[in-house]
Amino acid sequence: MLVKGIKSRPVYHGVVIDPNARKHLFVLEGEGALCLADQKAAASELAKADVLYVPHASSNHCRALQDLKLGDLWQAQTIPQLLYRLDVVLAAERMGTRLYIAGTEGFVGQVMRVALGHGIDFNAIKTEHRGSEERRVQCVHCKGITDHVKTQPVQCAHCGLQLLVRDHYSRRIGAFQGVCIDAEEPGTAPAPEVLFS
Amino acid sequence: MTINTEMPCRVTAITEVAEKVKRFRFERIDGKPMPVFSGGAHVVVAFQTDSGLRRTPYSLMSVPGNTSGYEISVLRVEQSRGGSHFLHDRLELGDEVSLTQPVNLFPIDQRGKKHLLFAGGIGITPFIAMMEQMQRDGETFELHYAIRDRKHGAYWQELTARYGSRVKLYVDAEKTFIPLDMVLGNQPLGTHLYVCGPGGMIDAVLGKATALGWPRPNLHFERFLAPLPGDAFQAVLARSGKTIAVGTHQSILEAVEANGVDAPYMCRGGACGQCETSVVSCNGQILHNDIYLEPQDKASGKKIMICVSRIKGEQITLDI
Repeated sequence: MLVKGIKSRPVYHGVVIDPNARKHLFVLEGEGALCLADQKAAASELAKADVLYVPHASSNHCRALQDLKLGDLWQAQTIPQLLYRLDVVLAAERMGTRLYIAGTEGFVGQVMRVALGHGIDFNAIKTEHRGSEERRVQCVHCKGITDHVKTQPVQCAHCGLQLLVRDHYSRRIGAFQGVCIDAEEPGTAPAPEVLFS
Repeated sequence: MTINTEMPCRVTAITEVAEKVKRFRFERIDGKPMPVFSGGAHVVVAFQTDSGLRRTPYSLMSVPGNTSGYEISVLRVEQSRGGSHFLHDRLELGDEVSLTQPVNLFPIDQRGKKHLLFAGGIGITPFIAMMEQMQRDGETFELHYAIRDRKHGAYWQELTARYGSRVKLYVDAEKTFIPLDMVLGNQPLGTHLYVCGPGGMIDAVLGKATALGWPRPNLHFERFLAPLPGDAFQAVLARSGKTIAVGTHQSILEAVEANGVDAPYMCRGGACGQCETSVVSCNGQILHNDIYLEPQDKASGKKIMICVSRIKGEQITLDI
């Protein structure tokens, strides 16, 4: 059901540390922590890395991060809490600080929104998709956002319509587009199957 | 085929603004308004010289919203190919020139939170229009302007009077230089950098910014590239079936135009990519002078930017 070749579908090129950066700011979720651990970065790079981390429902790798000799490690309980902290941190950062994001797509998208609001160029942010394939979806009808979407179709958590999850993505909203799948004949939506596990 | 519609204009003011720097004002002969442009834009000015029609790009420095006329400032360059000498010594009030539509290859990134401008010498011109625009839009900016000495420096009095402490002036003759480490080392996140001036200055600013961890998308620059002279050679235009001679002080594009063949162009400075041309064959070495083609394209020998690049050899066959 997914239409291929949608241009707005994000591509995550992977995290590559810029050795020229005077400070690295890693914003990580769940298995995204392993993205930093896997870097095998030099101690001098890790020492100038600050990390904001939030565990994912299915994975908590805080221990792995604690084992690295980081500049600073701060752990949030929830994504909104992390985003609030990030907003405050970025307001005080200077040019020379590079941003790296790793985690599920919904997380990367939400962090990206905050970063763009601080004038960081989209192409200057290094991103890596780690962990679940679940998606953050906005219903085009009621505009409500449903998170952790694993099935196709999915019921909108706000208005209850059955939504076809598309590859069409909004960077501004940080979510994929969901469109009513049985608008012509309500009640004829196919049974949901797990597509984004 | 060109994407430009040329506008016949008349010279309506010539002002001496500094040693070897003159400002020219152009207004349309048909009395119609000029197109609105954005700060950083340039036009290609075409004028008749003794050796034929010359086309040279210049940054617009008048107020972007003002459609009554366009203004450019020209430095009289010693090793000029004749363009700046002609404008300085021969062009007079009332003379006719032709201007292309404005094109902006050096725009302000509107997403930036702050804009840091670095100008060297006559490289100030695009920034004059950019600052007008940013002042109008309430953007945060800062100009670091390096000049040789106060006599040769253009517009520094006006800019200092208009923008106050947002303009920092550095004078070579007085041994004051831009403290790059300090300026680039302490800027808020979301700052964009723009540099225009001599090649050495552009390299120094970009190099220092990169070394201090500035990401590539925040760095903007405009180089003045004039076609370099070289040996004369022949160009075979495969599609038009013509064989033309390219002179020592002529670019391929100029030779093509002189022979009545219309080739696309926009910046005439090796930056925009509009004149990219496929090479059918070449029995010499292509001297790539542009900053547009990727290194692998240059190495392949299959592409050439005919506005600034030439060959060392006898003949090149082009898909024109």
